[in-house]
Amino acid sequence: MRRGAVAWGIALGAVLVASITLAVTIGPAEIRFDEVWASILSHLGLGASPLTELRDGIVWELRMPRVLTAAAVGAGLALSGAVMQALTRNPLADPYLLGLSSGASLGAVSVILLGAALLLPLAAFLGALLALGATLLLASALGRITPTRTVLAGLAVSSLASAITSFVIFWTVTGDSYREILSWLLGSLAGARWPAVAIAGIALVVVGIPIMFTGRLLDSFAFGDTSAAALGVNVQGTRWALLAGTALLTGAMVSVSGSIGFVGLILPHAVRLLVGPGHRALLPLSALVGAIFLVWADTLARTLFDPRELPVGIVTALIGAPVFALLLARRRADA
Amino acid sequence: MSGLEAHDIRVKAGGRLIIDGIDCTVPPGTLAALIGPNGAGKSTLLRSLAAVEKPETGEVSFEGTPLLSLPRRQRARLAAFVEQDAATELSLTVEAVVALGRMPHLSLWEARDAASRTIIGESLDAVGMRDFAGRDVTTLSGGERQRVLLAKALAQRAPLLLLDEPTNHLDIRAQLSTLALLRSVASTGSTVLAALHDLGLAAAWCDTVIVVADGRVVAAGETAATLTPELIRRVYGVRATVFTDPVTRRPVIGFGEL
Repeated sequence: MRRGAVAWGIALGAVLVASITLAVTIGPAEIRFDEVWASILSHLGLGASPLTELRDGIVWELRMPRVLTAAAVGAGLALSGAVMQALTRNPLADPYLLGLSSGASLGAVSVILLGAALLLPLAAFLGALLALGATLLLASALGRITPTRTVLAGLAVSSLASAITSFVIFWTVTGDSYREILSWLLGSLAGARWPAVAIAGIALVVVGIPIMFTGRLLDSFAFGDTSAAALGVNVQGTRWALLAGTALLTGAMVSVSGSIGFVGLILPHAVRLLVGPGHRALLPLSALVGAIFLVWADTLARTLFDPRELPVGIVTALIGAPVFALLLARRRADA
Repeated sequence: MSGLEAHDIRVKAGGRLIIDGIDCTVPPGTLAALIGPNGAGKSTLLRSLAAVEKPETGEVSFEGTPLLSLPRRQRARLAAFVEQDAATELSLTVEAVVALGRMPHLSLWEARDAASRTIIGESLDAVGMRDFAGRDVTTLSGGERQRVLLAKALAQRAPLLLLDEPTNHLDIRAQLSTLALLRSVASTGSTVLAALHDLGLAAAWCDTVIVVADGRVVAAGETAATLTPELIRRVYGVRATVFTDPVTRRPVIGFGEL
């Protein structure tokens, strides 16, 4: 890895830590930067919190878990996006490509309507995996599994799951659950508390961090499967393991945040502009930039029209769609 | 004799045997040409010999080590393979591409050590691409890219080197320097087998030839003794005359009418 990439990593790591604490200070109740740190340290068993119980609760029970969830989800989605783009050799691939998001939505909407909202993360996760399974099954039914077939199969499964979700909403939704479902479909971190931090954090550490070390493997696919095989890479095994890994990671993230678009699609491209397309630098830096981006996107989502909240998915789409258009224009200019 | 030895290779594709029981050997320290008409099965055979694709039946061994059953990374330390016309859309630098050749020697999280960096530099020097180290590989010409891929294979430091049409897209000077490079690699004790379309290059540069047609070996052996007008007529259906170059004492092939 080039020295430039290491420098970027250290700089972005510092920006992330600063962003997290800064984002916690922002909100209706004014809490200073140093108070946030004192509160964090007190909860880690170092000294007493200078804040009143109420204000300490705002920091530790509301804002902190929400900001941390945003960071973990952003990191997971951007990382998954970078890996998906490499595996499918499609620069426009995103973590939801293989039907994951529509499957998760179907699972989530079903349990919300059944009144079992506690099961939502589990149902969303199972929905995502089920959709992935259906996608891969369909892709293999079309013949040998290739990136193109996988993407096409994902499109078919995605459309079907979306249609069923729409049907279920159309048929059964009443006023109360409507808002809840809508905010979930658009992606929202409003309900994120410590259990959400745990789910997203564990997924990031257990699945995400090992994936960050596969950069050299992904580089070896640059000249095609045979070329990778000649370097001693287990081509099929690597492809399946990474596909399953990103699916698990994305499924876990979707289960706590709903489907937040554009993070996994756009941010890897931004990182490529910084350090080039080599995956050894691209994967960890995408995770860092994704975390920073979603922390600020969510801060905007909860403060822009205070006291009303926007689903963060709207914010990422409002930023992401124009950037996406720019990317397409750049590609056209290159070609 | 050791070196590369293959026995009874059969490869099926689409229900048809495209490699139909091939036996062949390349002695250590020699440069061998794999020749034959289009569709003879040269590329398929090379992929089997490099053990990147398992044949239906058969055994491949190098210096007595069976390649097909060897763990992948160990195999990649013994055998390097340069594919025909491999291209990429990933804008890696030339140096990063050549560095991929070190993969079989490094674990996933291991950084490149000084020894690897030296080998990468030497491999770039060997193909005359040191000045291109920082260039984006997607901006290179076909010939330049071919040389970078050869450098990647050299960086593997494998004693067996297999190449599919390494002179494709190259101008005459680059063709000759590629073959000179392959011969110098062989002269250090490596075993080199290259599929070649150009019979003239095979005749002028290679120690031995393996001639395949319709998935079978039709002739093999020392170059001058094997590349006879009769063989060329039988395999390619063209009339040829074989001379001896008065300077190099190597065979030269002249082609007449069909």
